Amino acid sequence: MFENIIRPETLEPIVRSVINIGIILINIAIIVGIALFHVAYATYFERKTIGHMQVRLGPIEVGPHGILQPIADGLKLLFKEDVIPQVADRTVFYIAPVIFFTAAMTSLAVIPFFEKFVIADINIGLLFLFAMSSLGAYGIVMSGWASNSKYAFLGGLRSAAQVLSYEIAMGLSLVGVMIMAGSLNLSEIVKAQQTYPLGLYLIPQILGFGVFLIAMFAETGRCPFDLPEAESELVAGYFVEYSGFRFALFFLGEYIGMFIMSSIAVVCFLGGWTVPQFILGIPLIGDILSKIPNIIWFLLKVYFFIFLYYWVRATVPRYRYDQLMAIGWKILIPVALANIVITGLIKLWVKGMI
Amino acid sequence: MLPELFFAYFAVTIVLFSIFVVTARNPVHSVLWMLLLFFHIAGLYLFLNAEFIAAIQIIIYAGAILVLYLFVVFLLNLREELKIYRFIGGWPSGLTFGIALLAVIILSIRSFIAAPPGKYSINLIREETHTKALAKLLYTDYLFPFEIISVILLVAIVGVIVLAKRRLKT
Repeated sequence: MFENIIRPETLEPIVRSVINIGIILINIAIIVGIALFHVAYATYFERKTIGHMQVRLGPIEVGPHGILQPIADGLKLLFKEDVIPQVADRTVFYIAPVIFFTAAMTSLAVIPFFEKFVIADINIGLLFLFAMSSLGAYGIVMSGWASNSKYAFLGGLRSAAQVLSYEIAMGLSLVGVMIMAGSLNLSEIVKAQQTYPLGLYLIPQILGFGVFLIAMFAETGRCPFDLPEAESELVAGYFVEYSGFRFALFFLGEYIGMFIMSSIAVVCFLGGWTVPQFILGIPLIGDILSKIPNIIWFLLKVYFFIFLYYWVRATVPRYRYDQLMAIGWKILIPVALANIVITGLIKLWVKGMI
Repeated sequence: MLPELFFAYFAVTIVLFSIFVVTARNPVHSVLWMLLLFFHIAGLYLFLNAEFIAAIQIIIYAGAILVLYLFVVFLLNLREELKIYRFIGGWPSGLTFGIALLAVIILSIRSFIAAPPGKYSINLIREETHTKALAKLLYTDYLFPFEIISVILLVAIVGVIVLAKRRLKT
């Protein structure tokens, strides 16, 4: 994004590569900063949304309308005592939250926020995201085991089974998108969508989108699939023994995970940073709306999904464990497989069109 | 120079981690070393421009198979492994076999002949992206072996279901 500022051909190769690394570092700093800020205010947004849905006010005391509440919470977490259970496996106990947090943060590297703004524009973007989400499962399982507590251990086991089953459904649901775009690069997927009606894969890939939407909730361990941390049965599940900033790492990881899942949904099904074409078609409003920067469109779509997370949490009760497994293996995976076959056949027969 | 350094790092750490996997007393630690090992193997694949295989290495091995291993280790409820001294030391025979194996490997390395360079040079793969190049080969030239592997995996799945269902009835 800084191509116009410096003219690369006039510089020495070493200087050029140093400047490139510098630009990448600046990009990383921007994205990390935005992600942490996002987590802080996503919690505020969540508490306000659910509060109003349950006809109460949510956080209101700290600052006007409770706007400083996330900062107060963050400070509280930083200054809390860091308790480690005596019988815990210390090394693994220390590493587990770091693994979870790192996996979530690393996924941010391949997400295209707007055109050409992506830290690592790699050809296997989607696969990289799957790999990182499966690494995140280790953080959960390891924390459950290392705590040496019954609740945490059960939470970890549940989560291992859940993430394992739903990752299959999630991966298969995105294969339809891969077939249609002919690429695994997230920027290419967004560009490929422009030739389809409305500039979205949502309509031709409605089956895949449905499966992805359900798997998205299970993969991040949110309501109605929050069995790994079911409060009424397991106290808090896998992170019950963690306190202070180690707990905060799990918290950050979970909210960034939600952001990443929402971003995948936006990039693969809702046209990423592009303006929806049916809006551009409207004479007067279309002109005004197309002036809005792409990043705003991207964030609008992402926050729609994040709102959906909160909305579902306030609406739907938790599933039973056998129901969770039945939904994953008996409904989602067959539907996703059917979607792959249908998409492949249509792509073969009606080349060019949907 | 830089590529050699990268390769040396990966080679040394892979060997070290595989030793840690075998020597770790706690089975869960051993699985964790294995996880690190898989990531370094994926790094080695990336180093060879095989990005698709690198991603699949992590998704399948680290993300699915190793988690299942971990599950089994948890359910067996093993803690620290017992350490009991043997009556008869096995190291002389172990050493003999080790040296013999090493000699065989060194001898076979000497007769190593590099295969003639094929159609797929690094530039061609970069141009076509690794995923596409691999898929084209897999579904045209090597379709038959690919299908055979699928059938073998299917047999394993059917076998597991048959065993599980039989125990359910009795």
